[in-house]
Amino acid sequence: MGATVTTANSEGKIWGGGNEPMGINYGKMMMWFFIVSDALTFSGFLAAYGFSRYKFIETWPLADEVFSHFPFMHGVDAPMYYVALMTFILIFSSVTMVLAVDAGHQMKKQKVAIYMFLTIIGGGIFLGSQAWEWKNFIKGEYGAVETKGGSILQFVDATTGKRVKLSDVAIPLHEEREQLSRNKGFWFSSESTLPAYSVNEVVEGFKSKPNLLVRTEATYHPNMAKNVGVHPELNNSTHKHKTILTREESLKRLSEVHYVVEGANLIRNEYGQKLFANFFFFITGFHGFHVFTGVLINILIFFNVVLGTYEKRRSYEMVEKVGLYWHFVDLVWVFVFTFFYLV
Amino acid sequence: MAHAHEYVSNTKRIWKVFILLSVVTIVEVAFGIYKPAILHDTLFLQMNLLNWLFIALTIYKAYYIVWAFMHLEGEKSNLRWSIVAPLVFLIIYLVFILLVEGNYVFDVFKSSQIKWNF
Repeated sequence: MGATVTTANSEGKIWGGGNEPMGINYGKMMMWFFIVSDALTFSGFLAAYGFSRYKFIETWPLADEVFSHFPFMHGVDAPMYYVALMTFILIFSSVTMVLAVDAGHQMKKQKVAIYMFLTIIGGGIFLGSQAWEWKNFIKGEYGAVETKGGSILQFVDATTGKRVKLSDVAIPLHEEREQLSRNKGFWFSSESTLPAYSVNEVVEGFKSKPNLLVRTEATYHPNMAKNVGVHPELNNSTHKHKTILTREESLKRLSEVHYVVEGANLIRNEYGQKLFANFFFFITGFHGFHVFTGVLINILIFFNVVLGTYEKRRSYEMVEKVGLYWHFVDLVWVFVFTFFYLV
Repeated sequence: MAHAHEYVSNTKRIWKVFILLSVVTIVEVAFGIYKPAILHDTLFLQMNLLNWLFIALTIYKAYYIVWAFMHLEGEKSNLRWSIVAPLVFLIIYLVFILLVEGNYVFDVFKSSQIKWNF
């Protein structure tokens, strides 16, 4: 026992307690630990996304064509505006969060509560926006068909080069196609909901309407102009777009179609490359989950503020700690925004 | 302990940073919509200048979020470095390795005898 008694003054200063390594207290330090590790997790996801995108660089869907919706504006092509709005909302909720921290330093309970409340509202609006974004993504707009090789073919108008919906391509054939479910076949075999149109209906519809062409998932490049089957007029290098085929080539490709794709799920999506939807769901979903937990923690802290817990403690440091987490969520979104919507 | 030094409110700086971040976002969206041909068609290290611009602006935004909002500018430099240095070096390393590899796999697919995209 006696051996543990120290006599030196300097040791007493270091180990006597009340010391803060790096000038930061325990709670905030641990929040930074968590943020660094979480940042590496997100970098891992985004780097994996980058890997797959580089691997399929020629067939990767163009973000402008996928995310082109805006609330209350049907049929209007508005790429990017909606995500830009979402970015604003998140940055603004970050601002109200720092303002809450700032008010906390001045021990102004009322102000902290108001700013925390605004932050929660901002987080809620962001989550709602993301849900709406997912809804549009899952539902899809134009529809497409999948070939036996697994690539996606979309339909365009031969005069304008604009996309055409499946409902405008297909013609009703009145054929019976029953959905396979467990009580009809083997107990282990079933299938997901059938698409609105059968492969035959789409292919026959295409054959009967000469004004339609097929668009592949390959991004057009000027040195493809000489290739067989590439439409001579509709493809140009003024903007990035997918390659449109000639009528003969279109019909040839359609003979190898085996599936009608509407919207997106984890197996296939109408936008093109399959991994695109998987990464979109996984990364924005993981970020959305962070926002969701952030909102929950903010609500908790908000009630503590209102109940006067931190007033009694004479320190609003908890607000600062959740603030760090909230800003981190905003930080991640800045990167997700760039790599999913801009680049 | 908590009030060893008088805290100075810096709401002015917060709003300034907010305006800065908003302007940068607007610039990004404007570039994303108009896609100036000079930037879009010029490649640097196999990536067009527009994408480089987007990445630069993103890092600029990230810097302000971490420095001003997460208040890293007011922390001791040893804390700052223990947070930023591992992230910066590990991320650059990871991205470099994976993108080079992805590009290689793309080349293998493109020049292979097996038709995979049909």
